[in-house]
Order: sequence, then C-alpha cells, then structure tokens
Amino acid sequence: MTGLRSAVRVLVMGWWLQLKIVAVNAFDGVLNIVYPLFFATTALLMYRQSGSPQALVYAALGAAVMGTWSAMATSASGALQSQRWQGTLELLVSSPTRMALAILPITAALATVALYSLVATLVWGRVVFGIEVPIVSPLAFGAALLVTLASLATFGFLLSVTVVRYRTGWALGNLLEYPGWLLCGFLVPMDLFPTWVQWIARALPPTWGMDAIRAAASGASPWRDIAVCGALGLGYAVLGTYLSERLLDSARRHGTLALT
Amino acid sequence: MSILEARDLRRSFTSTSGMLRRHRKETEAVKGVTFDIERGEVFGLLGPNGAGKTTTIKMLITLLLPTSGSASILGYDVVDDAREVRRRIGYVFGGDRGLYERLSALDNLRYFAELYAVPAREQKARIGELLELVGLSGREGERVEGFSRGMRQRLHIARGLLHDPDLLFLDEPSLGIDPVGARELRQTIASLRTQGKTILLTTHYMFEADELCDRIAVIRQGELVAEGTPAQLKQRVTAGSVLEIDTFGGVQDRLERVLAVPHVRSATVDVRAQAETLVVALDSGSDVTAAVLAALDGIPLGRVVAREPTLEDAYVELVSS
Ligand SMILES: Nc1ncnc2c1ncn2[C@@H]1O[C@H](COP(=O)(O)OP(=O)(O)OP(=O)(O)O)[C@@H](O)[C@H]1O
Ligand SMILES: [Mg+2]
Repeated sequence: MTGLRSAVRVLVMGWWLQLKIVAVNAFDGVLNIVYPLFFATTALLMYRQSGSPQALVYAALGAAVMGTWSAMATSASGALQSQRWQGTLELLVSSPTRMALAILPITAALATVALYSLVATLVWGRVVFGIEVPIVSPLAFGAALLVTLASLATFGFLLSVTVVRYRTGWALGNLLEYPGWLLCGFLVPMDLFPTWVQWIARALPPTWGMDAIRAAASGASPWRDIAVCGALGLGYAVLGTYLSERLLDSARRHGTLALT
Repeated sequence: MSILEARDLRRSFTSTSGMLRRHRKETEAVKGVTFDIERGEVFGLLGPNGAGKTTTIKMLITLLLPTSGSASILGYDVVDDAREVRRRIGYVFGGDRGLYERLSALDNLRYFAELYAVPAREQKARIGELLELVGLSGREGERVEGFSRGMRQRLHIARGLLHDPDLLFLDEPSLGIDPVGARELRQTIASLRTQGKTILLTTHYMFEADELCDRIAVIRQGELVAEGTPAQLKQRVTAGSVLEIDTFGGVQDRLERVLAVPHVRSATVDVRAQAETLVVALDSGSDVTAAVLAALDGIPLGRVVAREPTLEDAYVELVSS
C-alpha cells in the first residue's frame, strides 16, 4: 500500500516539477505554440480551397491534434537526451525509484504542454480563419482529448525509454514525426491508404484519439474509440515499463548512461 | 563487517571508431580492484586521469555492471540487489552538471527527496537541515541556473545526503571550486565524518586527501598500486626527506646522473611558473645534498630546500614508477 502511495507521489511530484522545467523555458514555450501554427495555417489554406465548411472543421481538428503529435514525437526523446547532457539521467537511474516512475512524468508533462498547442491551434483557426468547430458533446470531447493526450504521453514514454540505452535514440522521435502526420489521419482520411498501412496506423493511439475527438465534436458516440485509445495507451505504458528495465540493464552493461 | 567490499572488480569498454570500416577497440578501464571500506571511514581513491576511479565508483553505485568480480555494500550485492544498494548510498560528482537548471534549489531537493522515498512529513525538516549544512539557507528559492559553481556543488552534496545514506560517494567534489569554496567544502566533509558518515572520496588535490582521508588507495591504469593511511603511504614510498631544487634549463638531461647518486630513491621534474623544480626523494638519515648538487653541476640553479615528504611526493612516486 505504501508502495502504491509513494509511486503515485513520485508520479505527481515528478509531473509537476517536470512541467515547471518545460514551461518556464520561454523559448520552448513559444516554439511549442508557434511552430504548430505554421503547419495548421498551411493545412487550413489548402482546405479552404474546397469551400466546404465541414472540410475546414476536419482540418482544424486534425491540425490541432497533429501539433500535439509533433510536440511529443520530437520532445519526448529529446527530453531524456538533455537529461543525459545535464548529468541528471545517471542520478535518476541511480535512485531507488523504478525507471518507469521517474520517466513517465517527464512525458506526461510534455503532453500537458502539448495541450497548450492544441488549444492555441483551435483558437488560431477560429480567429484567423473564422472556423467555428461545433462541439456537440463537450463532455465526450473533453474525455477524448484527455485520453488522447494520456496515450500520447505513454507513447512518448516508450520512445524516450530507448534513449536511455541508445545515445542516438533521440533521432527516432524526429524520424517518426512526419510519418505520424499521415498515419494518424490528422489531415488525410485513412481509407486512402493500403490496408497494411492502416494496420500500422491502428496500432498508434492518436489514430483512435483523432477519431474519438471528431466523433465527439460531431455528436457521434466516441466511447469505443476512446476505450481503444486508452487501452493502446496503457499497452504502450506496460511495454515501456518492461523495456525500461531491460534497456536499463543493457545500458549498465554497455555504459551508455553518461556522455562519455 | 566492512560497509563495502570490492573483490577483483573488472570493467572493460568496447568502443567503435571509423565510418566505413568499423574498428572495435577494447579498453580495460579497471583491472581487478579489491578493497574494503570500514564504517565511519573516509576512504580516498587517488589516481591520475583515466586511471579508473570513476569507473570503479560507477560499478559500486550500480550505474555500470562489472565485467567480472563482485562488490557488496552493507551485505547487498551491487548487481543482484541494486535497489537495496541504491537506498543506502549517496552519489555526488564534481563539476556543474547533475542539477535541474530551471528549477529552484528547493525544487531540486524536493524532487530527489521523492525519488529517494523520503517520507513526506520528514522532507521539509530534512531539506531545511541540509540547506543549513551546506550554507544555502535563504537561497533555496532561486533557480539553479543563477548559481555559482561552489553553490551548485554544495547543493549537489545536500542532494546526495537527502536520504541519509550510510555511504557517500564523492567523485572529485572540489573540481573547479575556488580556494575559499574548497576550504568550506573540506569543512563540510570533515563535519560529515564527525557525524560518523562513511565516505569514498576521489580528488586530484593531495593535501585535500591528506587532510580528510583515514585511508587511501592509489589506482594506476586500472590497478591498485598502494593502500594505507596517509602516514603509511608517505613512509612507504619516501621514507626519508625530500630535496627541492629550482633549476633554469637543462635539468631533464641530468636526471640519470641524479638518480645514480647513492640514497636517491627518485627524482622528478615539476614544471612551475619560472623554474623547473627538481624533486628528489632521499633515504632517511642520508645527507647527499652535496652529491646531488654536484650531479647538477653546470646548469643554473635557484632555491634549494630540504623538507618532509608530503602525500603528493608519495603519490607522484607511486603513479610514475
Ligand atoms: N562509457 C565509456 N566508454 C568507453 N570508455 C570509457 C567509458 N567510461 C570510461 N572509459 C575509459 O575508461 C578509462 C577510465 O576512465 P575513468 O573515468 O574511470 O577514469 P578516472 O580515474 O575517473 O579519471 P579522471 O581523473 O579523469 O576522472 C578511461 O580510459 C576512459 O576513457
Ligand atoms: Mg573521474
């Protein structure tokens, strides 16, 4: 019982302090908000050609979630790499807390910041392009957003765990950024892809999260998509936890925790 | 029972180099190191750059797996019971890394208190005590990015002590600290020692080791070459006295001749600001100053001093022989 309590404490405290670390950096903060806006603008300008208001709502929601994906893919692996640079990675690892409990809050904090970029993108679409996203069931919409972000955090966690072992692991996140844009159906409907690609896409939680968010906005039932997204997210967390212990052992064997 | 037992610890690294044709190179950083640390002792691990001090420490604090050999801390094996070991040890390294720059000192400590499972109701008092100990009370609300080297190092030490570890590893804690800061640091370490803490310390400053350590081991190219109290080491290597002669050019060519003088145990050249100082270790009870000076005949000499051997003399001899 005390084990569970202290685990929760470590997670919450870690999330809060990591959030402070990410949020006080004005430069990162501005980038996190401004950068997705450029892509959103491109997407919205293209979709405006179609002249269909539905298409614009589709694009506005897609661009918003796309921003969170980009933020997570690039910064989750970067976060641990910078901890290696700072020398704090070794300290995290040499503490008695399980690796997973020390790392998960980092990506959870990143997901929290990603929420900013999501809101900023929606506001941008509203103010600059006059796109009003109708949210038919706000409660379901909120739930869909939260579960999407949570699953994004565990997906980022899985990515960042590889950085513990491989000094060049941070590149993986950057590599995934653009394929993710296509795969998760942010801007292009999934039906356009061959079946095997759809299978890959279905393994990524944001695909389901995106569907859930669109469904909740339009008034359809999002709950099945939310459940699948949540389950996938949980799956990634479990896989990440397992891998974190394995990769940590391997890092200790190969001496890759420090810079030298 | 000793608090720490290291038995024949070995560690090698494989590094690859080259872009097209990958060359694998195997470096043996630590080649079979055995030692014990007793409770309440300050144990110094001294050695030149790259001798394997940090590698040895990282095996002991569970960051690196030994290639072979074993070590236990308070009876817990560093490989099999890593988590139990981690609960009981603290690790502090020198330099200005190892802190969350963007967090305040207090938040840094709170975070690690959580990671080390310091009970919530004890945290506040404990952190207050430690800030007092390292002289950072009143500055805890400031972000670490504005801290000086010395302040960071002291915060680092407070961090390492949060969970009241039985054994504290200090890897070059005085790295890059100014003389006043270094003196304060030595006082902090000395006060930890009076509180009965066991400490493993590495440093490149011999006077620091002499002042603080109860026992010292000297490591060279991955192997222990000597072990004992500072007094024993001084005796063992340079049983007698030391002659220091400032010279101005050409001393390197005369080393052979100096070494040939009876009762001369070793001779090294230390390049200082204006002069090259020849440091000659002599057998005890011998007075061969005249003979040594004769061996240097013809090169310009400055100050000549005879003095008691220091730990540094012993160290230089051990690592250069
Ligand atoms: N992760 C690593 N990968 C490859 N080689 C390593 C690694 N860590 C240490 N080494 C090598 O092992 C040897 C011992 O290094 P170590 O850092 O233990 O020395 P040290 O005694 O602490 O030196 P210093 O006084 O400079 O801190 C060196 O040759 C170093 O290059
Ligand atoms: Mg070192």
